[in-house]
Amino acid sequence: MTTTHTYDAVVVGGGGGGLRAAIELSERCRTAVLSKLYPTRSHTGAAQGGVCAALGNVEEDSPEWHAFDTVKGGDYLVDQPAALLMTEEAVEAIYQLERWGLPFNRTPDGRIDQRRFGGHTRNHGEAPVKRACYAADRTGHMILQTLYQQCVKRDVRFFNEFYCLDLLRDDAGVTVGIIAFELATGELHVFRAKAVVFATGGYGRMFRVTSNAHALTGDGPAVVWRRGIPLEDMEMFQFHPTGLARLGVLLSEAARGEGGIVLNSEGERFMERYAPTIKDLAPRDMVSRAIYQEIKEGRGGGPNGDWVYLDISHLDPKVVEEKLPDITEFARIYLKVEPLEEPVPIQPTAHYAMGGIPTDTDGRVVVGADEDVVPGLYAVGECACVSVHGANRLGTNSLLDLVVFGRRAGDDAARFVRETDLATPWEHPERPTLELLDGILGRTTGDNAGEIRKELTDKGARYNTDLMETVELGYLLDCADALVAGALERTESRGAHFREDHPLRDDANWLKHTLAYREPDGSIRIEYKPVKMGPYVPMERKY
Amino acid sequence: MVSAADVLDASDRERPTTDTIPLTVRVRRFNPEVSEDSWWDEWSVRCDPLERLVEVLHQIKWHHDGTLSFRRSCAHGICGSDAMLINGRNQLACKVLAQDVAPRVTIEPIRGLSVLKDLIVDMEPFMDGYRSILPYLINDSGEPEKERRQSPEDRHRYDDTTKCILCAACTTSCPVFWGDGAYVGPAAIVNAHRFIFDSRDEAGRERMKILSEKTGVFRCRTTFNCTDACPRGIEVTKAIQEVKRAILFERF
Repeated sequence: MTTTHTYDAVVVGGGGGGLRAAIELSERCRTAVLSKLYPTRSHTGAAQGGVCAALGNVEEDSPEWHAFDTVKGGDYLVDQPAALLMTEEAVEAIYQLERWGLPFNRTPDGRIDQRRFGGHTRNHGEAPVKRACYAADRTGHMILQTLYQQCVKRDVRFFNEFYCLDLLRDDAGVTVGIIAFELATGELHVFRAKAVVFATGGYGRMFRVTSNAHALTGDGPAVVWRRGIPLEDMEMFQFHPTGLARLGVLLSEAARGEGGIVLNSEGERFMERYAPTIKDLAPRDMVSRAIYQEIKEGRGGGPNGDWVYLDISHLDPKVVEEKLPDITEFARIYLKVEPLEEPVPIQPTAHYAMGGIPTDTDGRVVVGADEDVVPGLYAVGECACVSVHGANRLGTNSLLDLVVFGRRAGDDAARFVRETDLATPWEHPERPTLELLDGILGRTTGDNAGEIRKELTDKGARYNTDLMETVELGYLLDCADALVAGALERTESRGAHFREDHPLRDDANWLKHTLAYREPDGSIRIEYKPVKMGPYVPMERKY
Repeated sequence: MVSAADVLDASDRERPTTDTIPLTVRVRRFNPEVSEDSWWDEWSVRCDPLERLVEVLHQIKWHHDGTLSFRRSCAHGICGSDAMLINGRNQLACKVLAQDVAPRVTIEPIRGLSVLKDLIVDMEPFMDGYRSILPYLINDSGEPEKERRQSPEDRHRYDDTTKCILCAACTTSCPVFWGDGAYVGPAAIVNAHRFIFDSRDEAGRERMKILSEKTGVFRCRTTFNCTDACPRGIEVTKAIQEVKRAILFERF
């Protein structure tokens, strides 16, 4: 049985980006939000440290300084106009969240409090600046809750525990809708829509040690890739320096923002050697690489010598309790370590995809070097690549990305559906999806996924998570394919992408984005598009 | 040529065999496609003492029985997907370690909500309760140009109840909720508390009126099950008492 629904706009994903877009859309057109989780369980909720905006509540600051830090932090692969736009709109976006009820921590005079974060500096690198607005160490949780609350207020239509399995585009490339799988019943649904907004998050589950939730399997990027849309800068994947050893659970950069330091097995604060000015608050790619270097040179701890340590034991216990309560609890529960008394074993953990579905600053999906707009198709958040994060995202800029570009995508999609007629799907648009599922369930032969999971035992219709995990594995493999292709192609080191055979940045040849296309025969074709430059001339990245 | 299955098996063999502990996992199963009645299954596995129970369930699902069904996502106590009745207590499976329960653990679905399959329950009645208390900031006094001011003390007043992740561990540990599904339950009251005591909100009276009705806060019999169950450490019973007092004081 297949049910058909008709909306003006369908948002795929109920995290921060999807909810922010839905708020914008739902007041102006018929909108549905599909989420494979209950929306409040999305991984936006796991973000800890803060969301940056140059409010200047605590120290002098300017959006332009924030833009400079974003571009430099991204190792100049950032599209500079997009970074300038994001940091400019950041200020109003934060006030908007506050007016919607977000419980930010406060200054003594009642304004939004701000703290330091990695790579955020005053006046183009002079010194760290207090720019991160925060709510203890659960800023993402508060953003997700606040946006969901606003959706409840607006009576947004949710389809919870629905997986997106296919994108419907007609022969002219016009967006027609999507195919979704209802986990509760195993039924397929056709969602006809003039606009589809993908907001499915990242794909960190392709790595063994990751901070990412099990749900982060690259559904949006894989689905659109299979329908001819390229993926941009997939080789740019960020490893966060401070994951709990062995588990990868994130310990927020806010720990270092509040004064925590990273030590090697000899007790040395080694970041003093790698980034003499801002030390432990250097951007994530640099700290992670420094950790790998320390480990390689034999200064790692733990049974396999592959840990270093995060030390917050010298901080005021009251500060820790008030501003870093969750991460202290993680160390206590999962490693049985007391952070108030001893350093916490850490190792870099796969954290964030800078690459993804290429979009412009209105969230519209764009293809090719000339950025041709795909009518009716949008992407926001981690699954998208605007690109504001370039080769390495600065801490807090992911939450900012969600609210700024979630709003912009929702706004533009609302405009688009008003000017557009609903396209008609062809007969049985669900057929390719049925074939995919039949292949996995072993009802047909020759499907690769079926061979991988010979033991797929659940053939039922109800809550078949076995089946969906196999679909998700396919998504992860596609994303990994594109990631590796881009990494092989890019013969330089930049931001999160580091190659021992090409250890230096090569602006003459590689100041450009990669676009990976999947060809009909399964091979990958790489194209390039130029980085959009602006006021900042690439220079050596020192901190 | 190495097949994908070989790769997966090899990665399994990397699982250290020394320093692991035996754990017997007993799960109450239910699947109406198989049987109208629930049944028990039991698996004996070896795992790292610090392994999270949710990952032990994955080990069972991925290597022993793919039909075992449960919700999970973040696996570190933030998303609230994997609330389960573990050895008689509502807990998140990702916050319980193997060594905390070894050598034997019994896992059942949380109570008071219909079981749909294995450890998956119908969350809709729970979410209905949440939605009924107007869980969003209401302030019609005009919007300031920048932020609304709030003193650190006023911000601190409702800090505890902002931690809620809607996992339902509290509500489904409440005997009143088991007995009468119409009771909005602790989680809904926690979320009402979060707004009633927020100095920026203007609809406290409206929420208190909702909670003073017969499905509301006075159903609470102060058994403290909810406080014990909360994986976020929220003092749930205290929050409920504060809402009760506010209603009495406001004479609804």
